[in-house]
Amino acid sequence: MSAAAPTQDGVPMLAVRGVKTYYGKIIALKGVDLDVHPGEIVALIGANGAGKSTLMMTIFGTPRAREGRILYEGRDITRLPTHEIAKLRIAQAPEGRRIFSRMTVMENLQMGASVADAAHFEEDLARVFRLFPRLKERLHQRGGTLSGGEQQMLAIGRALMSRPRLLLLDEPSLGLAPLLVKQIFSAIRELNERDKLTVFLVEQNAFHALKLAHRGYVMINGQITISGPGRALLKRPEIRAAYLEGSRIEQVQGKR
Amino acid sequence: MEYFLQQLINGVTLGAIYGLIAIGYTMVYGIIGMINFAHGDIFMIGAFIALIAFLALVAIGVTAVPLALFLVLLIAMALTSLYGWTVERFAYRPLRHSFRLAPLISAIGMSIALQNYVQIVQGARVKPLPPLIGGGYTIIDSPVFVVQLSNVQILVVLTTVALMAVFSWIVANTRLGRDMRACEQDLKMASLVGVNVDRTISYTFIIGAALAAVAGIMHLLYYGVVDFYIGFVAGVKAFTAAVLGGIGSLPGAMIGGLLIGLIETFWSAYFSIEYKDVAAFSILVIVLIFLPTGILGRPEIEKV
Repeated sequence: MSAAAPTQDGVPMLAVRGVKTYYGKIIALKGVDLDVHPGEIVALIGANGAGKSTLMMTIFGTPRAREGRILYEGRDITRLPTHEIAKLRIAQAPEGRRIFSRMTVMENLQMGASVADAAHFEEDLARVFRLFPRLKERLHQRGGTLSGGEQQMLAIGRALMSRPRLLLLDEPSLGLAPLLVKQIFSAIRELNERDKLTVFLVEQNAFHALKLAHRGYVMINGQITISGPGRALLKRPEIRAAYLEGSRIEQVQGKR
Repeated sequence: MEYFLQQLINGVTLGAIYGLIAIGYTMVYGIIGMINFAHGDIFMIGAFIALIAFLALVAIGVTAVPLALFLVLLIAMALTSLYGWTVERFAYRPLRHSFRLAPLISAIGMSIALQNYVQIVQGARVKPLPPLIGGGYTIIDSPVFVVQLSNVQILVVLTTVALMAVFSWIVANTRLGRDMRACEQDLKMASLVGVNVDRTISYTFIIGAALAAVAGIMHLLYYGVVDFYIGFVAGVKAFTAAVLGGIGSLPGAMIGGLLIGLIETFWSAYFSIEYKDVAAFSILVIVLIFLPTGILGRPEIEKV
């Protein structure tokens, strides 16, 4: 599998096929199909409670998809234990950042490197510091004492420490000042362009996300309703109405 | 003054034993949020294994006390860890994603099962161990009261301090310790970064049981007797110690153990020995009402 040439066209890096996820008896994902190709930035937008974060976590098997399949580089990972999925060099900066608040910034980064080869720890650390110099200043401070923006940098930095090939980002802009949002998004772009990192991000900030992404998907009530190139999606009137001008989601469904 | 000093020595010794057991409660609570009610019985099993190991070593001719003690320590820690691991693997892990009370009820069941198992296999009668370590030091030899520090007490306190130091170092500086702390703070995030959560939990039970085994040996050497019931009382007191120190906090468990040992000893010395358990458990009630987070427990402050 790994001997194959980079899967440029054809086999996607991440393929989600008909995935259904439940919380108890409540269905959260109603059969989601989605592809992320190597080298892409793909954005998933949608309203609160649409199931975006559930999809991110389902990719990591927690909660587990009850139906459908999740393929990573052609390999079925639907039933793989969460920590085994992390070993395949998929990393996630999850919803709510989930910094280890009583660990130092350094320890958080070390946790991120859990599945990585210890030999390139210093090199990976240097990359994180280059992207987010603030983390270096805060290195021995406890994670819980960081500001929201710094915590987001740490969450992304921690994910990068595993040297991922696929990075999942859940709402990296949530609760951040505009200047910080810009900084975080430019870091994502840099990672994608320079390090060829594939990025799949969930955003409520549809404008920024679609401008950044090569392709986008729109999720409504646990289903993908629209997909297409990021900038094309930005121009669609129903998306403008629903996500950019603060109107209601029902209009999108009505016009569909 | 002399009397006070003697009680202080006794209290610190007892507190060391409680502290070692309390670590097991607090670690498990920290990581999976359950009270492992069978932990006191794991301590009791440790004491029994130590007794059997002592007798077996004497039977095969190992009579040099330091060597025998060292071997017993190894044997008891290893076998008791196995019990700790087994209890987690078969009584708690299958219930991990069940409702919250399920593992707790399972733990109470395990506690009763272990007690009855030992009662049936070893009999209900109190089992004595001839004093292995005699002697000690007379610290103050006044005509009113003679203050003594026995060699067993020295051994108990030194071993406990050494083990706690080693254990604290492991938690603070090793990969396993970091994984344990990560699991304690956020189980899901720990698994997202690739920590094998089930295995880390198993290690937690193994370490907790090994420390309880050492406490069992200390108890055996100090009191010279064991029976199937010692785990219950010592377990509840160590649990009280963990709550007093702040459940989930390792230094808290150590401090709490020391305090409970001191409170119990001084209460027995100055008020009434019959009511020493009442004193310890009153502390539990008072702490739960007025200081639910314990001495070193932290109120949850999370930045959003």
